[in-house]
Amino acid sequence: MSEAPATNFSEEAAAARSDDILRVEGLVKHFPIKSGVFKHTVGNVRAVDGVDLTVRRGETLGVVGESGCGKTTLGRTIIKLVEPTAGKVVFDGHDITKFKRRQMRPVRRDIQIVFQDPYASLNPRMTVREIVAEPLRIHGLYTRREGSRRVEELLRTVGLSPEHANRFPHEFSGGQRQRIGVARALALNPRMMVLDEPVSALDVSIQAQVVNLLAQLQNDFGLTYLFIAHDLSVVRHVSDRVAVMYLGKIMEVGTREQIYGVPMHPYTQALLSAVPIDSPEQRGKRKRIVLEGDVPSPANPPSGCRFRTRCWKAQDICAVEDPALVPRAGGAHPVACHFAEEMKPLALADDPAAAAIKAPTRTV
Amino acid sequence: MPEPVLAIRDLTVEFHTEDGVVRAVTGVSYELQPGEVLGVVGESGSGKSVSVLSVLGLIPQPPGRIASGEALFKGRDLLTLSKSELRDIRGGEMAMIFQDPMTSLNPVLTIGEQISEALRAHNPGMGDAAASARTVELLELVGVPFAERRVRQHPHEFSGGMRQRAMIAMAIANDPTVLVADEPTTALDVTIQAQIVEVLKAAQRETHAAIILITHDLGLIAELADRVVVMYAGRVVELADVMTIFRKPRHPYTVGLMKSLARLDSEQEWLEPIPGQPPSLISPPPGCAFHPRCAQSQGRAVCRSDVPVLRSFGEGGDHVSACHFAEELSVAHVRVGAGEGV
Repeated sequence: MSEAPATNFSEEAAAARSDDILRVEGLVKHFPIKSGVFKHTVGNVRAVDGVDLTVRRGETLGVVGESGCGKTTLGRTIIKLVEPTAGKVVFDGHDITKFKRRQMRPVRRDIQIVFQDPYASLNPRMTVREIVAEPLRIHGLYTRREGSRRVEELLRTVGLSPEHANRFPHEFSGGQRQRIGVARALALNPRMMVLDEPVSALDVSIQAQVVNLLAQLQNDFGLTYLFIAHDLSVVRHVSDRVAVMYLGKIMEVGTREQIYGVPMHPYTQALLSAVPIDSPEQRGKRKRIVLEGDVPSPANPPSGCRFRTRCWKAQDICAVEDPALVPRAGGAHPVACHFAEEMKPLALADDPAAAAIKAPTRTV
Repeated sequence: MPEPVLAIRDLTVEFHTEDGVVRAVTGVSYELQPGEVLGVVGESGSGKSVSVLSVLGLIPQPPGRIASGEALFKGRDLLTLSKSELRDIRGGEMAMIFQDPMTSLNPVLTIGEQISEALRAHNPGMGDAAASARTVELLELVGVPFAERRVRQHPHEFSGGMRQRAMIAMAIANDPTVLVADEPTTALDVTIQAQIVEVLKAAQRETHAAIILITHDLGLIAELADRVVVMYAGRVVELADVMTIFRKPRHPYTVGLMKSLARLDSEQEWLEPIPGQPPSLISPPPGCAFHPRCAQSQGRAVCRSDVPVLRSFGEGGDHVSACHFAEELSVAHVRVGAGEGV
C-alpha cells in the first residue's frame, strides 16, 4: 500500500474487501410446487430461507446439516447454478445476484464447483483430456501450443499421470474420478471452490487421499473453500469455521473450536452427540441427545424457530419469534436460539461435562 | 466355544463378465456364534456383501457362480438347498435388513400388508386378526409412533428412518436366529443413524438373534460389533474381537483403515490415507493383494509371490491375520481410543 493519505472510510472498505471473498445476505431460494392441469403454484419448498454468511479469503467454511436442510441448494445458489429468489450474493466486492450470463463468465473463472458423485458428474463420452480442457476452451484459453501441456500439468497437480489423459471416466475408480473433477475445477485458476460433498461417495481410505489433496491445493494456490458435507468428523478436520444448517436456515456459525468444543444451539449439540463413537472403549460412555420425530417438511416449516418441534428447550416464544443469528448468553459466536447455552456433547461419562448435560439423553 | 449358528467354509464366488472372471470372494471362512454381532468390514468391492448374500441365494446366477465352499446352518449346507428350501429359511430363521429401505419395500402395498405377508408366509395357520395385531406390536417395538394408524400407510408416507424401522420390524417378525444387516444405516442422516443403532440393539434383545453386520463404517462397528471380520479384495485378512481390532490390529490394511479416518478426538493436520487404489478383481496383484498399497511390505519379495495364509495370534486362536509380517506390527502403529491418540 502507498503512503498517500487516504480517508479512513476507504481504507476500511478496502480492508473489508480483502478480508471477505464472499458475502451472502438474506439469501432465499424457493422451489415452487406445481399442481393441477394448469400447473398452478400451490406452495413453495423453502430450501434456503434467509441465509447470511461470509467466507473469508483463504479459509475453509464448512456447512453441515442433514439431508434436506438446503446445504446443496445454498452452494448452487451462491454460484448461480440456480437463481436466488431473494437476497444478495457479493463476490469479491461485486454484487453478482443480478448478473446476466455474460456478466457471470469472468466470475465463473473465479468460483468453481466440485460435485459429490464422481460417477455422474463426468461426461462418459469425453476423454479425461477433453473433460479437463473443456473449461479452458469455453473461456478461450486453450491454445494449440499451451493447452495440452496445461492439461497434463493439471493432471499431475491432482496426483494423476499425464498418460491418463486419453482414457475415459469409466476406466477410473471413484477416487481417481474425483481427482479428475478437481483438475477440471482447477483449470481456470479459481480463487474459490464450492465443494459439495466431495468425499462422501468414496471409501474411507480414498476419502483421506482426496481430503489431503484438497488441503494441499489450498496451501499451494491460496484457495478459499466452501465445504458442504454431512460428515461431522470430516468437516471438523477440514474447516476453519463451520455453519450448521437446519431447514433452510443457519442455526449456528463459529470457529471449528467453538462449534465442536462449546456448541450453544440445541440442534448442534444433538447432531454432535449422534456422531458414532471413535472406538469400542467409548461404549456406554457417551450421552446421546435423543431428538424426537423427523425433520419437518421444508414446504411447511414450523412458525418461529424451525427446530422447536424437536427441541427439548422449546417454550411459547419459540413458536412466535424466529430467533436471530446473534451472539447470545455470553458466547462469542452467533447462534439462533432463544435459550442458547454452552454444552459439551462429546464429553464421555467419566468427564463432569457429561453429567452437566440437561437434555433427554440416552447413554450409549 | 459353543456350536456356531452359521459356518461359512472356504467360500469362493465368481462373476462372469465381458471383461473376464471376477473373483468376488476367494476362500472365505468365518463362523457366527449364537447371539453375537459379527461385523464384516471392507471397502466397496471387498466381497463383504457377496460373501453373505451368496449363501442366502441372493446373488443372480448367472452371472454369479459359487465355485466352492459350504455354509452350514443348523446342520444343513445352504449352498446345496433348492430355491424353495432357501425361500423357507429366508425371512424366517434367517432375515435381512438392506441398505436402502426405499427400494427394498414394495411401494404399492401398505406397510402393514408387507409385514403381515412376511408373518403369514412363514406361519400358514396365522389368521388376519392375529397377523395384524402382531404387525402393530412389531412396529411399536421398533419405535414407529401411532403404529395402529401407520400400518395402513404406504412406504412413501414414511420417512427414511421410519422405513428402516419398518424393515427391521419385518426382519424380526419371525424370530430369526440369524439377522443379516447390510449397511443398515448408510443411507440415513446421523441423528437417524443413532436412532436405528438403538433399534437394532432392541431387535437383538427381543429376538436374541445373531447378527451379521456388513458395513464400511468403523463407527458402527465400534458401537455394535462383538467380533470383526476384515475383508480385502475378496479375502478375509483379519478376524478378531472388536477391542483387539481397534487396539492391536495385526494386518497393515486394518491399521491403514484406522489411520485414514478423520476422528472427532484427534488434532492432526493431515490424514494418513492408504495410498493407491483398490485392486482389480479380474487380475488381482500376485501374492498378497494388498502389497502394492502396503506400508509394511517395503517391497519384500514374499509379499509379491506368496498369498499369505491366516495365522493365529493371541490366546485361543481367536485373532487371525493374513500378513507375512504381522509380527512386525506393534500397537505403536495405531492411534487408539479417546485421550490416548496422538
